Amino acid sequence: MAQSEEKYAIELKGISKSFGTVKANDGINLNLKYGEILALLGENGSGKTTLMNMLSGIYHPDEGTIRVAGKEALINSPTDAASLGIGMIHQHFKLVNVFSAMDNIVLGTQEKLLKAKVLREKVEEISRNFGLEIDPEKKVYNMSVSEKQTVEIMKVLYRGADILILDEPTAVLTPQETEKLFAILREMKAQGRAIIIITHKLNEVLAISDRVTILRRGKSIDTVMTAQTDEKKLTELMVGRPVELSISRPKVEEKKSVLEVRDLNVVRADKTKALKNISFDMKSGEILGVVGIAGSGQKELCETLAGLIRPVSGELSYRQESIIGKTPGQIQEMGIRMGFVPEDRLGMGLVSTMGMTDNMLLKTYRKKKGMFVDRRPAKELAEQLVQELEIMTPNVETPVRMLSGGNVQKVLLGREIGSGPNVLITAYPVRGLDINSSYLIYDLLNEQKKKQVAVLLVGEDLDVMLELTDRILVLCHGEITGIVDSENTTKEQLGLMMTGMTKEVAVGE
Amino acid sequence: MNIINFLVAAVLAGTPLLFGTIGEILHERVGHLNLGVEGMMSIGACSGFMVGYMTDNFWIAMLAAFAGGAFGALIYAVLTVTFMANQNVTGLTLTIFGIGLANFIGFYMLGKSETGTLKLPEQITAQMRGAKIPGLGSIPVLGDLLFSYNPFVYLGIILAIILSIYLFRTKTGLNVRSIGENPAAADAAGIKVTKWKYINMIIGGGICGIGGAYTIMITNGGVWITNCVGGLGWIAVALVIFANWKPVYAIYGSFVFGAFRILKYYVPKSFPIPNAFYDMLPFLVTAVVLVVNSIREKKENAQPESCGVNYFREER
Repeated sequence: MAQSEEKYAIELKGISKSFGTVKANDGINLNLKYGEILALLGENGSGKTTLMNMLSGIYHPDEGTIRVAGKEALINSPTDAASLGIGMIHQHFKLVNVFSAMDNIVLGTQEKLLKAKVLREKVEEISRNFGLEIDPEKKVYNMSVSEKQTVEIMKVLYRGADILILDEPTAVLTPQETEKLFAILREMKAQGRAIIIITHKLNEVLAISDRVTILRRGKSIDTVMTAQTDEKKLTELMVGRPVELSISRPKVEEKKSVLEVRDLNVVRADKTKALKNISFDMKSGEILGVVGIAGSGQKELCETLAGLIRPVSGELSYRQESIIGKTPGQIQEMGIRMGFVPEDRLGMGLVSTMGMTDNMLLKTYRKKKGMFVDRRPAKELAEQLVQELEIMTPNVETPVRMLSGGNVQKVLLGREIGSGPNVLITAYPVRGLDINSSYLIYDLLNEQKKKQVAVLLVGEDLDVMLELTDRILVLCHGEITGIVDSENTTKEQLGLMMTGMTKEVAVGE
Repeated sequence: MNIINFLVAAVLAGTPLLFGTIGEILHERVGHLNLGVEGMMSIGACSGFMVGYMTDNFWIAMLAAFAGGAFGALIYAVLTVTFMANQNVTGLTLTIFGIGLANFIGFYMLGKSETGTLKLPEQITAQMRGAKIPGLGSIPVLGDLLFSYNPFVYLGIILAIILSIYLFRTKTGLNVRSIGENPAAADAAGIKVTKWKYINMIIGGGICGIGGAYTIMITNGGVWITNCVGGLGWIAVALVIFANWKPVYAIYGSFVFGAFRILKYYVPKSFPIPNAFYDMLPFLVTAVVLVVNSIREKKENAQPESCGVNYFREER
C-alpha cells in the first residue's frame, strides 16, 4: 500500500470471535484514519457490535491483531481501551440512573476526591468545544434519550478519547436531534478525532460518513468511499443480493371506523400522567402510525387498547360497544389482537422458554373443552408459520428465546395474524430486524390492511412510517400534537411535532 | 429516671443490629442481597467467643470475630460473584451453615468444659462493660444518655459515619455505588467490578461478625449459649431498607428497633399483654416497614438498581 507513511487510528487484521458454536466475527479487516468518520454497516447479527465490543475491551478476540495508533494493542478491559484513547458510546446507555450527569461523567476516572468546581469547569470546557449542551446536576432518570446520549459522549470525551465508537446512536433520536448529533460528530472530525459509527440507516450513512465498511455474516465484505456509492449499492453489499427497497401503500377504498377512542386519560404507577385526553379513530383497511419520542405514552396506549391498563377516564368503543372494563381475554374474543413488542422483545408477547407450539397454544387452549390440551392443531399452525414466514428454527419445539430477533418477531406476528383479527396492534415490529425480515413484516401488515383489518403501528423509523402508514398520530408527553396524512407530511414536520409543536405550527397551516 | 434507663437499654439492644445493618448495606451497595447476615453474625459470635476464651485477649477476640464474619462473606462472594450462584439461595444457605457451625463448635467446647458452661475470663468482660467517660459522663441526664456505654456502641456509630463518608463523599464510594446500580456502566467506566465487590462484601461480613460477637459478649454477659444471635440478622436485613441503604440512617433505625426488643421490660406489669407479643413486636414492625417502604417513590431512596442480580460481562 502506498499510504505506509499514514498512521491509522485503528487497524484490525483477521479478527475472529466465536460464542459457542456461533462465529460472530470471522477474519475481519478494518482501517480507520484520524479525522475520518467510518460507517460500519451490516444487518443484525452481522457482527458489528461484537467487533466494536472487542475494541472497547468488553470481549476478547479469539484470533487476529488490533493496532491502535500504529502500535499493536492488547485490549483486555474497558480501562485498557480508555488508556488507548478509545471510547465507546453503547447502544444501550451505560449510565447510572440515580447519579447526576456529572457523577456519571467522572465515574471510574483517576481523581481521588470529588472537587466539584474543577470538574465542572472541565465539563463546561468540553461542552463549549463541541457544542454539547448539558446540565451537570441533572439526574439521569430525569433525562430524555438524547440528553442521556450527550452524557455518554461527554463521558468518553472527558476521558480524552480520540477514537470514538458510536453504536446505533440515532436509533432513538428525532430527526432534529440526529442533525445535532451529526453536527457534533463533524466538529470532532474537524478536530482530528477518528470516529466509527454503527448504523443500519442508509441515508444516515450517506450523510455523515467518509467511508463505509460493510459486514455480512461476521465477515468484512468491502470498504467503499461514501461519495462513490448509493443506497442501492450499499444494500446489495449488505444483503448479498439485489433487494427492492420500496414499501408499497396499497389503496383500500372502503374504510369504516372500527375502534373509537375518546378523551382517554391514563395514569402510570408512579402517578404521572401517561396519556392526556387522547381521541382518535381506527379505521378498517388502514394503517394508523403512532410516533413519538421514547416514553411519550406509546406503550400505555397499546396496553390500554388491549385491556391491560384501565384508563382513569375516557371511552373506548369497538363497533359502538364499549370495551372498558373488559378483560384482555374478552377483548381478544371480540377480534382485537395485539402483537405488542416492548423494548424487551420476549417480555409480553411470548413465553421465551416455551417452543413455538406451546406459544401458539397460549391463545387457543381456552376454546378446547376438557382437562387436557390438544397440541396437534397448534403444532400444525406453528409448522405452517415456519413455512410461510421462513422462520429459521431447528424445530417448532425449540424455546423461542433461542431464535434470533427477527424470527421471534415473525412467530409473534404470525400467531396474532393467524387468529384472524379485526384490529391489530403492533409496536416496533421491525426493531432489531434485518432488511429482508423488515420488508416481510411490512408486507404482512399491508396484507392485513387489504383484508379490512384496522392496524395500529407504533414505530420509530420515520422514513418507513411515512411510506407505509396512511395516517400518523404524533404523541408528545402523552398528548396528541397532531394526526397527519402520511402522504403530505415530511420527516422534519413529524420531528417538530414529536417535540411538542402542534400540527398547525409544524405543518404551517 | 425510668425513661433514661429505657433509652439506654434501647441503644444497647440496638447496637448488634447496627453492625449487622451497615454490614449488609455494604453488600447491597455493590449489588448483592446477602440473606446470610444471621449466619455471618453467628460465625463471628462463635469465633470471637472461642478465641477470646482460649487466648484471654480482648483484641485478638475482636479480630477473630471480624475474621469469622469476613470468612462467611468470602464464601458468599466466591459463590455469587465468581461462580454466579443464585444470591437468595446462597444467602439462606450461609445463614443455615453459620448457625449450624457456631452451635456445633459450641457443643463441642461445652462437652470439653469441666463445669458444663463456657464463660469468658474477667479481663475480657471488663473491657466491654459500659463505663462513664470521665468528665462528660458526669453531666446529669446527658451523661447517662450519651456517655455511659460500652466501647462497641461508639465503635458502631463511628463505623456508620465513616462508611457514610466513604460511600457518599469519596470517589471510591461513587465508584462502589455505581457497581450496585449498574455494573455494566461501572465496568465500561473502567471500575474493577469484581475486586470492589469482594472488598466491600468481606469488610461488610467482618462488621456483621463483630455484631455477632456483641450478642454473646455483652447482651449475654460473656456466657456461651446456643443460637446466640437469635434472629437479629433477619431484622438487620429489613433495617437496611428502613435505613434507605444509608449507614447513618441505620443508627436511628437500629436504636428504634432496639427499643422494640426491650419494650417488655419497661411496660408496667398491669398491662394485660402477654410477653410473647413483645417478643414478636420487632418482627411485626419489620413486616410493616417492608410494606411502607414498598410504596416509596423517590428514586434515590430505592434499593440499588441491580441488587440481587449477578453481573456477567459477556452476557448477550
